[in-house]
Amino acid sequence: MSSAVSDAQERVRATGGRAPDVFRPGAWVPMREHPESEPVDFAIVGTGCGGSVLAARLAEAGHSVVAFDAGAFYRPLEDFASDEREQEKLYWLDERISGGDDPIELGSNNSGKAVGGSTVHFQMVALRFRPEWFKSRSLLGYGHDWPVDWREMWDYYAKAEAAMRIAGPIAYPWGPRRGSYPYREHELSASALVLAKGAEALGVKWSPTPTATLSAPHGAAHPCVYRGFCKIGCATNAKQSMLVTFVPRALKAGAEIRDLAMVGRIETGADGRATGVHYHRQGAWRFQKAKNVVVAGYSIETPRLLLNSACPQHPEGLANSSGLVGKNLMVHVNDAVWGIMEEEIRWYKGPPSLAVCEHWNYTDEGKDFDGGYAFMSQGPLPTDFATSLVSNEGVFGHELRKWMGHYNHMAGLKVVGETMPQESNRVELSDETDALGLPIPKVTFSYCDNDRRLARHAENFQSEMLRAAGARSLYRTKSTAHLMGGCRMGDDPAESVVDASGRSWDIDNLFVCDGSLFPTAGGVNPSMTIVANTLRIADRIIAMGRRGEIG
Amino acid sequence: MTAGNETPDESPFVTPYPHYDVLQKWDSPSFNDATRRALTQRLTEVPRRRFFDAERYTRLRAVVDCVLPQPERSEAERIPVEAWIDAQLEANQGSGTRYVGTPTQREAWRRGLDALEAEAHARHGSGFADLSPEQQTALLKAVDNGAVDQAHWQGVHAQRFFREILLKDAVKIYYAHPAAWSEMGFGGPAAPRGYVRLGPDDRDPWEAAEERPPQPVRGLP
Repeated sequence: MSSAVSDAQERVRATGGRAPDVFRPGAWVPMREHPESEPVDFAIVGTGCGGSVLAARLAEAGHSVVAFDAGAFYRPLEDFASDEREQEKLYWLDERISGGDDPIELGSNNSGKAVGGSTVHFQMVALRFRPEWFKSRSLLGYGHDWPVDWREMWDYYAKAEAAMRIAGPIAYPWGPRRGSYPYREHELSASALVLAKGAEALGVKWSPTPTATLSAPHGAAHPCVYRGFCKIGCATNAKQSMLVTFVPRALKAGAEIRDLAMVGRIETGADGRATGVHYHRQGAWRFQKAKNVVVAGYSIETPRLLLNSACPQHPEGLANSSGLVGKNLMVHVNDAVWGIMEEEIRWYKGPPSLAVCEHWNYTDEGKDFDGGYAFMSQGPLPTDFATSLVSNEGVFGHELRKWMGHYNHMAGLKVVGETMPQESNRVELSDETDALGLPIPKVTFSYCDNDRRLARHAENFQSEMLRAAGARSLYRTKSTAHLMGGCRMGDDPAESVVDASGRSWDIDNLFVCDGSLFPTAGGVNPSMTIVANTLRIADRIIAMGRRGEIG
Repeated sequence: MTAGNETPDESPFVTPYPHYDVLQKWDSPSFNDATRRALTQRLTEVPRRRFFDAERYTRLRAVVDCVLPQPERSEAERIPVEAWIDAQLEANQGSGTRYVGTPTQREAWRRGLDALEAEAHARHGSGFADLSPEQQTALLKAVDNGAVDQAHWQGVHAQRFFREILLKDAVKIYYAHPAAWSEMGFGGPAAPRGYVRLGPDDRDPWEAAEERPPQPVRGLP
């Protein structure tokens, strides 16, 4: 439905040599434009944690870049309302088919549609992987090894955290030493203090959550005002989404961004190499020539685009000689335990997850499952909470309104739990098409026994902790969060879609750079790992360019 | 714990925040222009029926009044959930997920409402809208428990339709209305001012004061 607030979804904004200035209402910044008929160095599909970061770094290194996004280019200060329904405009609500034994909820649950990608609605939890997870097959006996060394990733995490001004503690209690976070930690909300109290009662460590929202001024943005609408878009620009960090950087460095531009197919030449992208904008299909194409559309749209670009030289889709495009899709177990506290919590205030426990990411004893999980304090907004309540409990009538009457006394703990990569969990093209004539993706997902054991362990532990914090009337909800995998990177062309640089084993001028590269999911929110991995890939591509290894 | 197995507590909801009205903050720093524009449309432009025929729309209204009863509100004050469900279907604005084996949301809503009607006739010999509130509640509980005649459902999974489509769509609309924010003591719109006091049992002067404890919920352990 059309927005009452802004015309960003109806009218392209990044055009005519200018793009929205996200820091000032009604204002513009200059934007370099590239003709469609001249091949740009890089056409990048998507502007989230992968695409916008890569666009900024490649443009800063002197490459010509055009980045496409299917979503709108918002100015948060004037386009974002304090209203869940209005802000549904931030989600990818185009129909997708979801099946399997445990079908994934898509849309608002894990899929953004805006310049800046899903970071415009992410909840800003900024965690690092446990180092061993980068070699989980070799060191922990499950999943697949990443083709990267954790120490290299550690350096890139620090760079990502600096660029996004992560607010966090001076000493993080788990894992190898990391420097203190660039911005100081936020004050803990009542909701976060519930986790702290429960953890101390059980004798496990907890921490203020490293969080991607400002705790001190930066540039044109003032610190977070604890408005609490983080999940539906920050209207004050404190949240360090890609929209206010790497997107402006990319523009300043000379990258062009095309909003409301849906890329439908990558074109390949007689030699099988990519020649550019077909995209739909302003009511017509257009073609942008490119020397290199980077797909950064996240774990569903990236495989969808590669599969839909099948051609005589690549009949099973691009980059798919391994047959693994779209396979090994992963989510996080996102089950929660909720309870009622005697005191008023009013969890709608502040970032929703200001306290975290990573105990079961770093402890291997006492587990009956592979992988790990973190969990965080919670603060869902009214419709978010109500939808989870009705879909899990089926409650309705006067009971439902009474239940919602406890909103200000509720507290909750919700897990981010690692699921195992399974080839049968996958993205395919269905035989139905959307309004643009593109095949609708079909997603198939089923938990394995290990995933279920992890979920049960987390449910028991979170229940114990919430009870120890003083909550009563506990109940549980089931959900999933995040998407990872679908175009695994690796060292073996038979076992991965791309190499450690995100470069397709099959097509040397085609890259993937987003969360779909993850060989394993890890037990933390994925955004910082996507940004750090992209910064690493960017340096590799820039170095290859200097050596003349890029077309 | 499943509320669906309990005897429903049908005493009406009473707000713990009787003197709180989130709209009193309209001209305060808790509201910005974007929020005022969105809410002005919600409060003043209730969509006309366009998707459903009159009979199905009447049935939808009866279903809405059963899943979110508002006996304390006049017709003018009532949150017209059914109007926005109809508008959402007319615009064909989906949620981004269609589960395998579930028809499109338009078709699921049509078949689901017709199945409720068929169930009502089979059980009571009259339409859903003509049943007593107790009969309607019992029928919806049966739907939620899957105790239905599959022949009425034309391939729609009854519980999934009830929870994932009907209830979810209804609460997404109801709890996006300022009247619902006020009754639950939600702070409501909060840009640009936000909040200062974050601790337990602490609140800013522009937040709701709890005047009586929330009512017990029988379904809760």
